[in-house]
Amino acid sequence: MQKTIATLAVACTALFASGAFGQSADEVKKGIEQYREMLELGNPAELYALKGEELFKKKRGPKNASLQQCDFGKGPGVLKGVYAEMPRYFADTGKVQDLESRLVTCMVQLQGFTEKEATRRPFGNADKPSDNELLVAYIASQSYGDPIDIKLDNPKMEEAYEIGKRLFHYRAGPWDFSCATCHAEPNTRIRLQDLPVLSSTEGAKATMTTWPAYRVSNSQFKTFEWRINDCYRQMRFPEPKFISDSVIALTTYLAYTANGAIYKGPGIKR
Amino acid sequence: MKKALIAGAAAAAVVAGCTGMQSKEMDAKYDAETIQWMKRDFHARGIAKMDRLDQDEAQRVCTQYDNKPPEAEAKQIEAAELKQIKLPADGNYMGDWKAGQKIAQSGHGMTWRDKPGTPNGGSCYNCHQLSSAELSYGTIGPSLNQFGKKRGYTVENQKYVYEKIYDSKAFVACSNMPRMGHSGTLTEKQIKDVTAYLMDPNSPVNK
Repeated sequence: MQKTIATLAVACTALFASGAFGQSADEVKKGIEQYREMLELGNPAELYALKGEELFKKKRGPKNASLQQCDFGKGPGVLKGVYAEMPRYFADTGKVQDLESRLVTCMVQLQGFTEKEATRRPFGNADKPSDNELLVAYIASQSYGDPIDIKLDNPKMEEAYEIGKRLFHYRAGPWDFSCATCHAEPNTRIRLQDLPVLSSTEGAKATMTTWPAYRVSNSQFKTFEWRINDCYRQMRFPEPKFISDSVIALTTYLAYTANGAIYKGPGIKR
Repeated sequence: MKKALIAGAAAAAVVAGCTGMQSKEMDAKYDAETIQWMKRDFHARGIAKMDRLDQDEAQRVCTQYDNKPPEAEAKQIEAAELKQIKLPADGNYMGDWKAGQKIAQSGHGMTWRDKPGTPNGGSCYNCHQLSSAELSYGTIGPSLNQFGKKRGYTVENQKYVYEKIYDSKAFVACSNMPRMGHSGTLTEKQIKDVTAYLMDPNSPVNK
């Protein structure tokens, strides 16, 4: 923790000294990049992962059980590399699931929570992160260094990929936006924020290897379900439901496009 | 054995036939499912109601052709959009550039978090460079810095700017830019103010 604070202090000094409010947009961007690089030395996401591990191993719910026997696709209790291979098809539920969806399955099956209880608070705030965020931080951290590997080896996976691709290009809402409006042209940005081309291998790789992530601007840990939720808010759409097939389909399309990239998360964002 | 082989070959032929023959059918099936899934997987929140998922003609055609429609269809959209633009009743396109600057800076409005009845921003700086003094600008749209100075401070250009903000699709069928007037995001007065921000010689956009 102390290391994090010290790093932050150094990074802030660097940000202001580098002329963030100086002459050109390029210099502003350079300052922000330096700041981000320095934060990577002490990513606060590690603290969320530690808390998540505690929560993962704690006996909870009507069945007074931990989540340690949860099967994330590589067998009960295996965490190594599972996030890098999700979303994936699960025969026991007959569904394509992302990590957040699978956690709900295990909270219901192993711990005895109702689905309503398990999905009540998917996203937290700066004062109090959600259980979902803590658990995701921990489990995702167990895939660091593993290749993203999404297999379309099942009709349901293929369906998720195909529908995800269509969702990405679907224009609607009062502002006529689709995901592609902001994520299909190279070298564009909103204000000073660079936009990855998510339909390209390179762009998808950069994004899918760095979520979930700690967000510096609001001091919160954010999951990929949240990322998609907040994109749709900014697109002026109605709200996609948490762990719905549509959100998982879009994630499947993006993760498949990033296949082969080495997972480096949890990441750190502006 | 021979029978099994024949049956196997026949099955393989059916599978091969299906994947080849049905790819168009599969595309249509996935297209239909995409809309069904969205209707099932989204919910209304605040001012963002479910009817926002329903595509109008321009959105449908632009999605279908990945924003590159055949010329005839593009022309049709542009003509239809141009027709529905409501020009100011008083015939004056210019408002107050200072108010326009505030609208250009504001990215608020129209999301499920925004309260009904509060004025919307235009989010102009999210995608465009405008005043030289503002360094935090996006690049999805072209730079509009010096717009009036470069294009000329004519009434025709004022009208074009007003119409472009009101309905960008009247000029480029599948433009990325929202139809600010058509969608009810900006009022007539607000569009005039933003027009002045681009077209007033005293505006920082033209300095």
